[in-house]
Amino acid sequence: MIVGEQKPLDEIRDQISPFKKVLILGCGTCVTVCFAGGEKEVGVMASTLRMAGAVSGQEKEFLEATVKRQCEWEFLDQVAEQIASVDAVLSLGCGIGVQAIAERFPKVRVYPGLNTSFLGMPVEQGVWSARCAACGDCVLGRFAGVCPIVRCSKSLLNGPCGGSHDGVCEISPDIPCGWQLIYDRLEVLGLLDTLEEIVPPKDWSAGMGRGGRSIVREDLKI
Amino acid sequence: MSTNGFEPQIVAFCCHYCASAAADLAGSMRLRYPPNILVIKLMCTGRIDLLHILRAFEGGVDGVMVAGCLEGNCHFISGNTQAKRRVQYAKQVLESIGVGGERLEMFNLSSSEGPRFAKIATEMTERIRNLGPSPVSRQKKEVVK
Repeated sequence: MIVGEQKPLDEIRDQISPFKKVLILGCGTCVTVCFAGGEKEVGVMASTLRMAGAVSGQEKEFLEATVKRQCEWEFLDQVAEQIASVDAVLSLGCGIGVQAIAERFPKVRVYPGLNTSFLGMPVEQGVWSARCAACGDCVLGRFAGVCPIVRCSKSLLNGPCGGSHDGVCEISPDIPCGWQLIYDRLEVLGLLDTLEEIVPPKDWSAGMGRGGRSIVREDLKI
Repeated sequence: MSTNGFEPQIVAFCCHYCASAAADLAGSMRLRYPPNILVIKLMCTGRIDLLHILRAFEGGVDGVMVAGCLEGNCHFISGNTQAKRRVQYAKQVLESIGVGGERLEMFNLSSSEGPRFAKIATEMTERIRNLGPSPVSRQKKEVVK
């Protein structure tokens, strides 16, 4: 899932300070699951901003809505009337949701309420961890299902480096060494001999290296 | 400190297994505690959410108390310790928006502590009375004027 976290309240208040009527728009998919921008968080944000406005003597109106997926125009169309009725939209979706609103409603002012952090998963209640860098050239098959791009701090394809100590990375004792994880998995699978192979450089151009990316599927077009 | 006849409204989110029973016991023992407390019974304080606390303040109450079981004695193992963390976070939110974190407090007690419930209710009422009306409700009343 896409994992995000709420921006500091002061930054959010600065962004929407010129506007009288603001729609707080949540998303029912990834950011709901990571407790950053779902229906409940929209309620918390609206309540917080209303009270902050009341305490500071500012008269502001906050509308609340949550769509199933902010990253698809069909779902955004369901709240088109509410969007048209406000001075600005505060999106609690990921960066894709914010941009989908901007593209669908060219004259609408839209602001992010979240920082989109990474692609990851919950590893325990209240803790999320990055698992994918969306590099566009997946190598998980070669590394026993552990991604060296995102789990190794240096994204090494032929690791580990000298900074791996007792299973943790040199940059922080809280970060497991990605290459230790790869080694342990390969050992369990009886595939340690695959580490003898030198992995050639990866096709980094499939990632951010070639600017804005898109996928075209002619078979799905209508 | 003069309170100009201000009577605070306080919502008390009380666990069914302890604080709610203690409030009941206080009544059976004919103990007096201020009528400013509105008790909302929960099956466990682990049910409490930031949104409940914020909506209470947004609705105009001057203080909120959360009363759960003694630590280690939660009927659902860890509900009261989860509530403690949420109350701590809610205090920070209330502080950051100018409402004031001291208007929210969590207490731990057992079902046999009727007198303690009455004491907590009295102390909380006094605390909020001294703090004065919530800035949220104060602002709303000024707008109405």
